[in-house]
Amino acid sequence: MNKETSARQFAEAGADLSLVNVTKRFPGFTAIDDLSLDIPAGSFFALLGPSGCGKTTTLRLVAGLEEPTEGRILVGGKDVTDTKAYQRPVNTVFQSYALFPHMSVLDNVMFGLKRRKIADADQLAKDALALVELGHVANRKPAQLSGGQQQRVALARAVVNRPALLLLDEPLGALDLKLRRQMQLELKEIQQEVGLTFLHVTHDQEEAMTMADTVAVMNQGRIEQMGAPEELYESPQTSFVATFLGQSNLFTGEVSGSTNQVITVSVAGQELRVPTDRAVSHRGDVTVGIRPEKVVLHREKPAQSSSVTVLGPGRVTDASFSGVSTQYLVEVPGMGQIIVFAQNTSLGEHASEGDEVFVSWQVDHAFGLADAPAPEGKYVSDTDTVSVAVQEREKLEAEFEEA
Amino acid sequence: MRGFGKYLLWVYSGMALVFLMIPIVYTIVFSFNDARRTNIVWRGFTFDNWLDVCNAQDVCSSFGNSLLVAGVSTVLATAMGTAIALALVRYRFRFREATTLLLFLPMATPEVVLGAGLAAQFLQLGVQKGLVTIIIAHTMFCISFVVVTVRARVAVLDGALEEAGRDLYASPNQVFWRVTFPLLIPGIVAAALLSFALSFDDFIITNFNAGPAMTFPRFVYTAAARGIPAEANVIASGVFFCAILLVLIAQVGGAIKRQRLAQVG
Amino acid sequence: MAFGAFQSSAPGGSVAAAAPQVQRKSPVALWLLLPGILYLILFFVTPLFSLVLTSFQESVPGGFIGEYQTAFRFENYVEVVSTYFTHIGRSFVYASLATVFALLLGYPLAYVIGVKLRAYPLWQALALVLLIAPFFISFLLRTLAWKQIFSDEGFVVGALKTMQLIPADAYLTGTPFSVVFGLTYMFLPFMALPIYATLEKLDLRYVEAGGDLYANPVTVFRKVTFPLSIPGVISGTLLTFIPATGDYINASRDFLGSTDTAMMGNVIEANFLVLQNFPAAAALSLILMMSILILVSIYVRRSGTDDLL
Repeated sequence: MNKETSARQFAEAGADLSLVNVTKRFPGFTAIDDLSLDIPAGSFFALLGPSGCGKTTTLRLVAGLEEPTEGRILVGGKDVTDTKAYQRPVNTVFQSYALFPHMSVLDNVMFGLKRRKIADADQLAKDALALVELGHVANRKPAQLSGGQQQRVALARAVVNRPALLLLDEPLGALDLKLRRQMQLELKEIQQEVGLTFLHVTHDQEEAMTMADTVAVMNQGRIEQMGAPEELYESPQTSFVATFLGQSNLFTGEVSGSTNQVITVSVAGQELRVPTDRAVSHRGDVTVGIRPEKVVLHREKPAQSSSVTVLGPGRVTDASFSGVSTQYLVEVPGMGQIIVFAQNTSLGEHASEGDEVFVSWQVDHAFGLADAPAPEGKYVSDTDTVSVAVQEREKLEAEFEEA
Repeated sequence: MRGFGKYLLWVYSGMALVFLMIPIVYTIVFSFNDARRTNIVWRGFTFDNWLDVCNAQDVCSSFGNSLLVAGVSTVLATAMGTAIALALVRYRFRFREATTLLLFLPMATPEVVLGAGLAAQFLQLGVQKGLVTIIIAHTMFCISFVVVTVRARVAVLDGALEEAGRDLYASPNQVFWRVTFPLLIPGIVAAALLSFALSFDDFIITNFNAGPAMTFPRFVYTAAARGIPAEANVIASGVFFCAILLVLIAQVGGAIKRQRLAQVG
Repeated sequence: MAFGAFQSSAPGGSVAAAAPQVQRKSPVALWLLLPGILYLILFFVTPLFSLVLTSFQESVPGGFIGEYQTAFRFENYVEVVSTYFTHIGRSFVYASLATVFALLLGYPLAYVIGVKLRAYPLWQALALVLLIAPFFISFLLRTLAWKQIFSDEGFVVGALKTMQLIPADAYLTGTPFSVVFGLTYMFLPFMALPIYATLEKLDLRYVEAGGDLYANPVTVFRKVTFPLSIPGVISGTLLTFIPATGDYINASRDFLGSTDTAMMGNVIEANFLVLQNFPAAAALSLILMMSILILVSIYVRRSGTDDLL
């Protein structure tokens, strides 16, 4: 049985998902703050964010494993907020796979079908296993399978129920790089063939961008920006998105002039230009950003032009060769450290530490943000849920002391 | 010096294990003794004791009583204890600390106190002492052990498994019986075995609450003064071999299973 | 706590760490708890009250042996303590000695099985079976075996006398030595198993880290391994000391003891079953129980009730 025929048997359309003003509060802190979200049927949607941002909580709310403090959840237009997990047409692929260790692989996959008393559960389960190419391990126990195989069984177990909405909770986290890439492609393939709506939660931005049609970046319980991966990457609207999704060079200054085409921001004596339609705000303090791969390194000062921004001279403080590209850190007086990714298109031609260089970029590639990047300490701050809760408690205690 | 020290630990531990085994070996060996009334001096090797186990008076009947008492108390204690263990891990309730204390105390109370207390109570109520009172007593002290054993098992259950059950359309009832309970069975079996062993070998509490009834340990104690028949050694050795066989099967079976699981396909 | 000794390790199969189980409030909890708790209240708590009441009873004037009436005779306690304080003291001394010896024997044994034998799982399983094997033979017969081994006609005494290590008219049975020996033997597995349980879970990477940070093996044991095994040591100590204080088999005349070595347990048994002096037996039992409870409460105060089970 080839993949095409088996996929057709599952071709039941997915449903859309709506979260309306959903808030989830735990004792001590708010995990999700007034979240509203619409996911169209049949799309592959990724919720991206650091640990503790609330993405897993969002998933659990949709699955019915938690109840929202406020707000409504609608699946396929129906309000499911008050229904229990086992009553919702939603299935989850868990981060730890959660395969029942005391049942065979086949029994695992049949579990949901049996609970719903669906006829021919046996055959349907076998078909689902064929879809993930694991028909030959049907009688084994989960502990006898490798991580990648367990992951596929977990997927089959969820997909076989033809849920309106399939939730994936960082399912690829435990796999090694090569296997993860393979699974990313397979998941995307299955989603397109079967036509279900996928909601994928992850902290891996590369994964989100390669797999999803739409990505939402979450931070501290709120969605900062949502859109196609390319849109988010090339036109970020907050400094969090600009720094979480890939890296950015950010310069904050005051708007010194604006026209219909371009706004000019004054940073440390330099005049940086941003296209007006790529700037979130046009007055006051604006942060100009440029992606490192858009920055070009020059040995000599390049020709001036109104469509190119030139900074320098600066000094190379670090050059890291990483195969495909070389990452340079260039210290430009007054502007700080600028990150440059230069593709290694030729052999050997790299700038070295200490070299004096100039950097430039197309004005059209820059973007403008309304908020400045948060000052970062030497070590990245703790954002996992436990630390967040501890920090909140310490804040409350401090407030108590003061009062 | 270091080399010598390395082996010292092993030798010391080996000796400790030998120390543990000596009386066991002695008991088994003397079950083959061609003893007359008392089994104190070695007279000669014989299989007679094994072949005619029930020859000595009371040996077999007391053994039977012990089995009966252990069986009934195990069933009762395991049922009640498992329920409590589930409640302790899965539910929030008031008086949790008091409950934990109440469960812990029987394990911490010396057997003389437990035995004397129950006996005093039966005395005051005018209850006839016998097999029933023994069963009551055994069930009482076994509950705590069952709770501890099962609770440890419940506590390490992966919560994600039950969430997966709920996610896959299983009602709370179905989640319990199809996901939770099957995973608990090894723990429950371990608790039942522990309870059986504790009950079977119990002497002190039994002695206080038996009245005229005879269990195997009680038989041994009362016979100690005048001389224990070799048949008692036979019974004890028989039980020992069965138990060891069970344990070995479990351990070896577990090792084989682990080896099979390690062959990932 | 202690009884982790009887657990096998949790089933494998999940990739990430097991998710915590949420505790909910529900009337189901009541139904689960009720049978067992009621049973314990009926057959554990009430008997203890009976015991307290009995301890204050006084003999009926002109009544027969074993007949008592309810009263509040506090003198019972005074009498009991003054009559039997040697026995009380002896019980605690013997139990303490047995506990110390059991620890000295049991800890290295537990260490070898739980740490050193990890590389040889089959031998580890075998050693473990040997460690719990004593539980499968009636402890009465085991104690009797030692009695016969140490008897005057036995091999041990004979050999010691031939080697002139003990005087010709010495005997081993019925001495404090044999009683403490018997107690140590009986409770050695109780001490070793909880320690084994904690050591078995010891993450050897801590030991490696200690070595990496310039500590020699002795220091690593002192500062890393032993402190991490303390919960097991405490469990083992409690599991040994508490039953040992109340034991009366080892000290009994028919086994390893004599009238000179009688412990509290012997006295309680004699008073209850033979002399039918129920108030005295009850008073003694409660004194024993109280002293144990004091010890336990110190332990609980330090670690909280959660750790008890």
